[in-house]
Amino acid sequence: MPLTQQPKIDLSPPVSDEVRKTTCYMCACRCGINVHMKGDEVAYIEGNRDHPVNRGVLCGKGAAGIMQHTAPSRLRAPMKRTGPRGSGEFTEISWDEALELATSWLKPIREEAPEKLAFFTGRDQSQSFTGYWAQGFGTPNYAAHGGFCSVNMAAGGIYTMGGAFWEFGQPDWERTKLFMLFGVAEDHDSNPIKMGLGRLKERGARVIGVNPIRTGYNAIADDWVGITPGTDGLFILSLVHCLLKAGKVDLDYLARYTNAPCLVNRDPASPDYGLILKDDDGKDLIWDRKEDRPRCYDKPDVIPDLSGTWRHAGVTHVPVFHLIAERYLSDEYAPETVAETCGIPATRIRAIAAELARVAFEEEITIDREWTDFRGVKHAKMIGRPVSFHAMRGISAHANGFQTCRALHLLQILLGSVECPGGFRFKPPYPKPATAHPKPHADAAPGQPLGGPHLGYPHGPEDLCLNDDGTAQRIDKAYTWENPMSAHGLMHMVISNAHAGDPYKIDTLFLYMANMAWNSSMNTAQTMGMLTDIDENGEYVIPRIIYSDAYSSEMVAYADLILPDTTYLERHDCISLLDRPICEAEAAADAIRWPVVEPDRDVRGFQSVLCDLGHRLGLPGFVAEDGSAKYTDYADYIVNHERRPGVGPLAGFRGDGDHHGRGAPNPNQLEKYIENGGFWIGHIPEDAQYFKPWNTGYQDWAVEIGLYDRPTPYLFTLYSEPLRRFQLAAEGHGSRQPPDHLRERIKSQLDPLPIWYAPEAEDADTYPIHALTQRPMAMYHSWGTQNAWLRQIHGRNPLYVPTKIWKENGFRDGDWAKLTSPHGAITVPVAHMASLNEHTVWTWNAIGKRKGAWALDKNAPEATEGFLLNHLIPELLPPKGDGLRWSNSDPVTGQAAWFDLRVRIERVEAPAEAQPDFPPIKSPVPPAPRDILRKTKA
Amino acid sequence: MTSLPTHTEKKLGLVIDLDICVGCHACVTACKGWNTQNYGAPLADQDAYGADPVGSFLNRIHSYEVQPEKGPAQLVHFPKSCLHCDDAPCVTVCPTGASYKRVEDGIVLVNEDDCIGCGLCAWACPYGAREMDPVEKVMKKCTLCVDRIYNENLPEEDREPACVRTCPTGARAFGDLSDPESAVSKQVAARGGMDLMPEQGTKPVNKYLPPRPRDEPLDVLGPLLANVAEEPKGFLGWLDKTLEKLG
Amino acid sequence: MHPAVSIILFTTLSGLGFGLLAFLGLGYPNVEGFTAFVFFALGFALAGGGLISSTFHLGHPERALKAFTQWRSSWLSREAWFAAITMVVMGIYAFALVILGIRLIPLGILGAVLCVGTIFTTSMIYTQMKTVPRWHHWSTPILFFAYAIAGGALLAGQTTLAPMLILALAAFQLWAWQSGDARFRTSGTTLATATGLGNRGDVRSFEPPHTGGNYLTREMVHVVARKHAMKLRIIGIVLFAMIPWVILFVLPFSHILAAIAVLSHLAGALVSRWLFFAEAEHVVGLYYGKR
Ligand SMILES: Nc1nc2c(c(=O)[nH]1)N[C@H]1C(S)=C(S)[C@@H](COP(=O)(O)OP(=O)(O)OC[C@H]3O[C@@H](n4cnc5c(=O)[nH]c(N)nc54)[C@H](O)[C@@H]3O)O[C@H]1N2
Ligand SMILES: Nc1nc2c(c(=O)[nH]1)N[C@H]1C(S)=C(S)[C@@H](COP(=O)(O)OP(=O)(O)OC[C@H]3O[C@@H](n4cnc5c(=O)[nH]c(N)nc54)[C@H](O)[C@@H]3O)O[C@H]1N2
Ligand code: SF4
Ligand code: SF4
Ligand code: SF4
Ligand code: SF4
Ligand code: SF4
Ligand SMILES: [Mo]
Repeated sequence: MPLTQQPKIDLSPPVSDEVRKTTCYMCACRCGINVHMKGDEVAYIEGNRDHPVNRGVLCGKGAAGIMQHTAPSRLRAPMKRTGPRGSGEFTEISWDEALELATSWLKPIREEAPEKLAFFTGRDQSQSFTGYWAQGFGTPNYAAHGGFCSVNMAAGGIYTMGGAFWEFGQPDWERTKLFMLFGVAEDHDSNPIKMGLGRLKERGARVIGVNPIRTGYNAIADDWVGITPGTDGLFILSLVHCLLKAGKVDLDYLARYTNAPCLVNRDPASPDYGLILKDDDGKDLIWDRKEDRPRCYDKPDVIPDLSGTWRHAGVTHVPVFHLIAERYLSDEYAPETVAETCGIPATRIRAIAAELARVAFEEEITIDREWTDFRGVKHAKMIGRPVSFHAMRGISAHANGFQTCRALHLLQILLGSVECPGGFRFKPPYPKPATAHPKPHADAAPGQPLGGPHLGYPHGPEDLCLNDDGTAQRIDKAYTWENPMSAHGLMHMVISNAHAGDPYKIDTLFLYMANMAWNSSMNTAQTMGMLTDIDENGEYVIPRIIYSDAYSSEMVAYADLILPDTTYLERHDCISLLDRPICEAEAAADAIRWPVVEPDRDVRGFQSVLCDLGHRLGLPGFVAEDGSAKYTDYADYIVNHERRPGVGPLAGFRGDGDHHGRGAPNPNQLEKYIENGGFWIGHIPEDAQYFKPWNTGYQDWAVEIGLYDRPTPYLFTLYSEPLRRFQLAAEGHGSRQPPDHLRERIKSQLDPLPIWYAPEAEDADTYPIHALTQRPMAMYHSWGTQNAWLRQIHGRNPLYVPTKIWKENGFRDGDWAKLTSPHGAITVPVAHMASLNEHTVWTWNAIGKRKGAWALDKNAPEATEGFLLNHLIPELLPPKGDGLRWSNSDPVTGQAAWFDLRVRIERVEAPAEAQPDFPPIKSPVPPAPRDILRKTKA
Repeated sequence: MTSLPTHTEKKLGLVIDLDICVGCHACVTACKGWNTQNYGAPLADQDAYGADPVGSFLNRIHSYEVQPEKGPAQLVHFPKSCLHCDDAPCVTVCPTGASYKRVEDGIVLVNEDDCIGCGLCAWACPYGAREMDPVEKVMKKCTLCVDRIYNENLPEEDREPACVRTCPTGARAFGDLSDPESAVSKQVAARGGMDLMPEQGTKPVNKYLPPRPRDEPLDVLGPLLANVAEEPKGFLGWLDKTLEKLG
Repeated sequence: MHPAVSIILFTTLSGLGFGLLAFLGLGYPNVEGFTAFVFFALGFALAGGGLISSTFHLGHPERALKAFTQWRSSWLSREAWFAAITMVVMGIYAFALVILGIRLIPLGILGAVLCVGTIFTTSMIYTQMKTVPRWHHWSTPILFFAYAIAGGALLAGQTTLAPMLILALAAFQLWAWQSGDARFRTSGTTLATATGLGNRGDVRSFEPPHTGGNYLTREMVHVVARKHAMKLRIIGIVLFAMIPWVILFVLPFSHILAAIAVLSHLAGALVSRWLFFAEAEHVVGLYYGKR
């Protein structure tokens, strides 16, 4: 009785009742999503095809968003700590009680000493809002995660060319022919990079991956350069050396758009030694080739000369380009000199330089689009050098990262490949020169708001946040001589400094979305100790901790008061041009999240809670004239707040709904966004899409939509005067000078031209191996683990060991190793990897979990075998005997030097669990269900 | 239905480009998300938050290292789901007829109502493309999103498998491999698309495009750079001359 | 392959049962009355028990009857039919013999043939698996047949035949182990063909697709058990062959010793059947970097 009939199946089952379009948040890429609803329940999430960021695709996390949204680790209600800190014992309280408690802690601080509040937010996507709140409060102690993340990248880019990699720019994916990727495993721009790589491959463009580890993007690169960690700067400057020697640089571009022709004072005796000659208006002077005299750089008819020197009043001035040639033509940067250090054969370096030159200059592309530059010069065509670069934390998370980023920008600019067709392009609100950014503000006064935004771009010693006695104004010591250009603050130093009372003690630590008791801090075990440490009076050394998380993370256990957030599908959010928008190189764009489902727990969106707290505390900007709350919730703020007249958090659909960029608040703005798929996009006119820093078309458009208040063209600063000003101070000039112990470092490392120096590695002989982490594409830091699908993909993280070390130690599959750094030791499982730099070991980031967190079983592999390298990474370098605390950071920006970690390895017997292990936290949420069998019913 | 159809009208399948798969697992969770809500029983997860989670997935991403004779080792991310074989051994072993290959398009499916969960088809599949659901105890496998590709409730452009729609790099393509004029067939022809385990005789419909050559010497393309000058002085001379030419 | 208890019991017991029934069908031993009843009961219990045990392996045993539908292509379906028909035929034969006292010789012969057929169909379930090179070989049906017949002879009290069959079985099993060991290697399926990357260089699994387990790794990639294979082979052969042989061939006959011989053989057969699964490597293991 064989069946002869194929079963009849329903080929057109109904997919959902309704699609709600909002923005993903399993990472900061912020893709558009279609949330398919069945009744009031989420059934299925897919990418929004119309969305500028992801054009329909989603990554592994985004497509698993439903499991994030329904995770059993979600916090359920505000909580007050009942057991000792770190125990995880809490009692649930009402929102009123929670907000009253917070107010009773914060109000007196504000009235007496607002700096005693340290408000730090993690991967905050509402920094323009949280910063505004902190400014109203008056504390100087505010920053988000940038300091431990990639501030080298941001600062290196902005100081050099008014924009950075990170997610602030992108290669011209459609036109580039040679793409070089430095130190990226995943990036903030994750889907655009993946889509871009796919496009490049489709077009047959060549991809070169520079990374000690060959996975992911580097695995598909046509060429892999398995560089030794921390040496990219040297490699890049060697490429610069080769290109200069061969004259393969874009002289026309350099002369027109960069400060290569600007005249530098070469008189060591002069107080302006090393500064650029200025006219009476303070504008840079260049040598005019035709008129044979110095002229202001922006005169319509100047012909900037890269080779003319000028002697005036006994002082020789030479163009920046001379200094560049002088420095990089030196044999110090010859491929043969650097090969061994970088782990790249000299012939390979020469070949890559030749290929860069060939593609840039022999495969030049032109687009027939007329444009006018800031000098009024009309260009009939747009000429492109189709080589492009991208880089992220692999070069920035080293203590030489700032200068390495600058070196890379130097390389790009010498090739003339920034903002040209086929090159690297900025996304609005960039380009924006460092000088157009605010300067940092840190003068706190009782009961008063701060004079301006906390974070900004200093241009010299006068902009540092120092008290008259030279002590730091900020708890993280940002903008001090230790790291003068710390544009994003130093989140990684907050707990350590607050614990040490250095520079002063604080009262309340207020954290949002940062798992500081675990994967986001250096020196994890001791950080937990600092959070629980008790002083001579039996009080906690850090007296109060308020924390907002959406999930039962490790950090929750260390707070006194928990303000539970919603999940990303349950709240309003705003991805704003004032902040870190979702723009593309060819368009400005911003987006919202909105509650596509109502929370089923007693939780509130954190930003709405801040609106409420702001009102309770009477913060300026949060109280209406009649004393009532100015904003009922965050949605109200998003629509009605104006930063400058006509400019608010969202640029789209302003006024009566037809104004974009500038316009009066529109009460229906959010509805408009929802109708439009959750985002707004405003395209840059065609003739304004390239050469943006100098293109009048772009400048005018940017003013029109409110990015600038007036056109702001500028020159790329290959030679950085702010750096030189700090150096000058270290050389003894000016009224504000660094303390003596920092003079040498500032003189040598804050060089106005990119340099390379070995990141401070203690005892390279004892600790010969570099140890790195990479982000898995299917995990977001600690969040991913609570996702039942993702944790099956990454539930454990072996330490990957290269063949040479594997053999030397006689490792076999299933073995364990003890990894020791100058700071501590961990014992972990190992695995073999051949496509890996031979001096490097690595593991996936943030897979290891503390027992009791994230609603996981205590025997979950994440807790028994998973591990963090963070235990080995100190936030302070080992004492140098000078009694000072030296932070493990870049000397310029304070960027946490995660990737400078050095270790030694030895094979050991397998312990019962990865070491160190910690006692379990009591879970503040109920146990998770055992099995999941999930089908949303219509 | 356990007998294979002698001929299928189409051979719908996937073409997977190993040159561009970055191993992001997007197709894995998109597949899980769609198929949890649609065809057959939801894809369950057992001990989901516990010590030994086991869930059924229809698509998984392996990764392999290849050590060529010369040059550094290469890493290849390798997605794998059902290949909808022409000579599908999983179908013929099935004692109940639950496993079958559709005549219209060659899609290999499991009729879960008939499946006794004997596991034989999974044994017969050389590719590991079938997984018994840990909770529902019926055999799960890639359906080629049969409930998407013809679904009239979806906009036309979305009538493609969930994994293809989501893949950020575009490493997955869907189409009719029996039609030599289809985009997928052309891709296969152009790039030397290959079968996995051809010796197993399963005649897979899905094809894999091999990675393009890696780490080829760069200098085959252009000569190394010639110096304009050995000395910085000479360099400045060159600079002057060149600028002169630029005008 | 995962050595599932239900499957080991199923194949071993039903093999023995059908082996015994085959002897009974041919009239060895030529028993009747209560003795016949005991012999048949044992045969049916083993064969039927094995079959029942096999349903424990099913995810949906309540649908087991559907397994009869695909006899045209599926060996499992064919086995179901053969087992059922054999049971019916032998049932009638036994009924006639035990209750009616009539020996329906042609029916007995038919039953014996069907018993062999059943054993063959069972063995073909494994033999057909190209994905398991160790099984995919003409020796697999013979091995199954050898166990069934040797065990059947032993159970049937064939004291002259049994020791010879046991020796033949042992010899064949040894050879089967030996030759099976090389079969995966020579099957032509390697990680190189599995990935298609073989022409680029040596291929090695770097990272599995997931750190969690899955059905495949549990069911088909069972490396742990294989570590003790050598020891277990020796134990198996001692139990299923040497001890019974010594008892039958060397020692004087005694019922207790005969029972020990049978039990020892059964235990040994179970061990070797366990190895049959545990040592069998599925090609999918290649994808997981394991075999
Ligand atoms: N070894 C090593 N350590 C590193 C790094 C490294 O490369 N190597 N990278 C560093 C970098 S760059 C970063 S950015 C940090 C990241 O470190 P963290 O910022 O700590 O990152 P997460 O662990 O992702 O998330 C922080 C918290 O946000 C919570 N959260 C998630 N969603 C929400 C929400 O909607 N609302 C609220 N209120 N909370 C939410 C999570 O539950 C989690 O507790 O890690 C750093 N740590
Ligand atoms: N899936 C996923 N996406 C994420 C995140 C996540 O957790 N998961 N986190 C987000 C966050 S907060 C951030 S900051 C970004 C960071 O995104 P990435 O910058 O990609 O950060 P990492 O994953 O730390 O990768 C750093 C890379 O640099 C390499 N590297 C290390 N040292 C060196 C070196 O000296 N030279 C070179 N050339 N390479 C080196 C490492 O091998 C690694 O590949 O990702 C964001 N996106
Ligand atoms: S990259 Fe992935 S997780 Fe991040 S926003 Fe986009 S879809 Fe979501
Ligand atoms: S890949 Fe496996 S499950 Fe799919 S048709 Fe082929 S044999 Fe059957
Ligand atoms: S598990 Fe289901 S589909 Fe597979 S062979 Fe058995 S009955 Fe057929
Ligand atoms: S075609 Fe559909 S069922 Fe098959 S792997 Fe892709 S998403 Fe999964
Ligand atoms: S989504 Fe695409 S790139 Fe990502 S793993 Fe799947 S096939 Fe590869
Ligand atoms: Mo980060």
